[in-house]
Amino acid sequence: MKHIKTLAKGSLKESAQKGGCGKCQASCQSACKTSCTVANQKCERQA
Amino acid sequence: MLDVESGAVHLVDKLAYDMLEHLTPPLEQEPPKSLLQAFSSYPEEEVAETYRELYRLWEDGQLFAPDGHDVFVEKLGLSPVKAMCLNVSHDCNLRCAYCFAGKGDYHQGRMVMDARTGKQAIDYLIAASGDRERLEVDFFGGEPLLAFDTVKAVVDYARSREPETGKRFRFTITTNGMLLDDEKIDYINREMSNVVLSLDGRKSVNDKVRARIDGTGCYDAVVPKFQKLVQRRGDGEYYVRGTFTKYNKDFGQDVLALYDLGFDQVSVEPVVSDPKEPWALTEEDLPEVFAEYDRLASIILDHRLRKTGLNFFHFMLDLSQGPCAIKRLRGCGCGNEYVAVTPDGDVYPCHQFVGMEQWRMGNVFDGTLDKDKKAYFAASTIYQKPDCRQCWAKFYCSGGCNANNFRYEGDVRKAHTLSCEMERKRLECAIGIKAAQLLREQEVTV
Ligand code: SF4
Ligand code: SF4
Ligand code: SF4
Repeated sequence: MKHIKTLAKGSLKESAQKGGCGKCQASCQSACKTSCTVANQKCERQA
Repeated sequence: MLDVESGAVHLVDKLAYDMLEHLTPPLEQEPPKSLLQAFSSYPEEEVAETYRELYRLWEDGQLFAPDGHDVFVEKLGLSPVKAMCLNVSHDCNLRCAYCFAGKGDYHQGRMVMDARTGKQAIDYLIAASGDRERLEVDFFGGEPLLAFDTVKAVVDYARSREPETGKRFRFTITTNGMLLDDEKIDYINREMSNVVLSLDGRKSVNDKVRARIDGTGCYDAVVPKFQKLVQRRGDGEYYVRGTFTKYNKDFGQDVLALYDLGFDQVSVEPVVSDPKEPWALTEEDLPEVFAEYDRLASIILDHRLRKTGLNFFHFMLDLSQGPCAIKRLRGCGCGNEYVAVTPDGDVYPCHQFVGMEQWRMGNVFDGTLDKDKKAYFAASTIYQKPDCRQCWAKFYCSGGCNANNFRYEGDVRKAHTLSCEMERKRLECAIGIKAAQLLREQEVTV
């Protein structure tokens, strides 16, 4: 495509169908617990 | 351009961008006449071509995707407890100005946790964890190294219960570094899967707020210890994390100062405190803070392109593979899958709620856990938070910090506006960096 480049394909919908197993780390958005903000967490579900 | 509900991110040219304003789904296959008129300053063929590209995205569910995720809220009900913050010490050897924990004691008096309470907390966690195998325990405080014996006893005990329960523990610790010595460094590097080292950046910045009881700064004492720990840690995860305040709105300099000290995993975050405090960030600081995030974004982009290894935590973003949408509906696990335990064994929704009596949820010795509170937190997803529902950043921020919401807005489900503005700015920068990176890489390969 000339006018649009897709940087990331949206897959939220599919991810919701398969996801929700809760195996990933608990997360916390606060400043004092840097270790676990959601957007950069890893999914731990084994496919 | 971010399509909120699908999670797609597209780079669009000016024509396509302006065109989006004129479109509402459902789209027709051919460009409507009105559109051709509105863009009559462009060649008609180009307008039509751009339109068809947008149409194709829409057809693929990558544009104007409808909001259909609330149906999944149900999948995200009560969860077993899988993470625990062990406040092994409600005492601290520093008196950082901005400490949310009342200079370490959470306004409850200075005390450390004994090994008996620590072990009881492990039993409590195992009992509440249902079918979850991986359990996380974060040693926190105050300063957890003031209770190093308890830390060791808890780790040994938890490990001893792994075979019989089938659980696997993952330990982390946050420290100000004052008490680190060779023995503790090696212990941490062996047992802790992540370690957070608190340091604010430049010496002048750090020492102004991170001070000992006598008022002297801690920089010179802790920097060599942190360097040693990181050197010996090899590939193990760690973060040096700092806080920026009204005193250092040029915090990009602090990120670089930390990098110059040899730390490449860096996080520097805005202080959240009572707006009356002299160091507090307020609405009026935002233009400067935003400008600094932009400046930092170009610095980080440059480092990424040069592959220096410098990682700024809040610009890390995985656009394609991150957690599932369900996970993203609720970013904060407090009170539901995550709890904090005080030296007395009292259980709170998380470390930030500790000491707020109305939020106490139980105690590890009698095994209690307030079911109503748990259900309330479990249900506090972005769909129950009116501000978040409308927010373009909802699937990345996932609803902010419940404790900040409560403390500063009086309601767990009311977003803390100041934090939101900075969060959205950081996301904008993070997406911008990705876009610039992609364009550069394509330039190189073409
Ligand atoms: S492990 Fe993956 S699929 Fe499971 S809840 Fe977490 S992000 Fe979703
Ligand atoms: S930025 Fe604020 S409003 Fe948006 S999702 Fe996060 S907490 Fe909610
Ligand atoms: S309330 Fe805030 S500090 Fe507590 S777990 Fe949630 S995001 Fe983290």
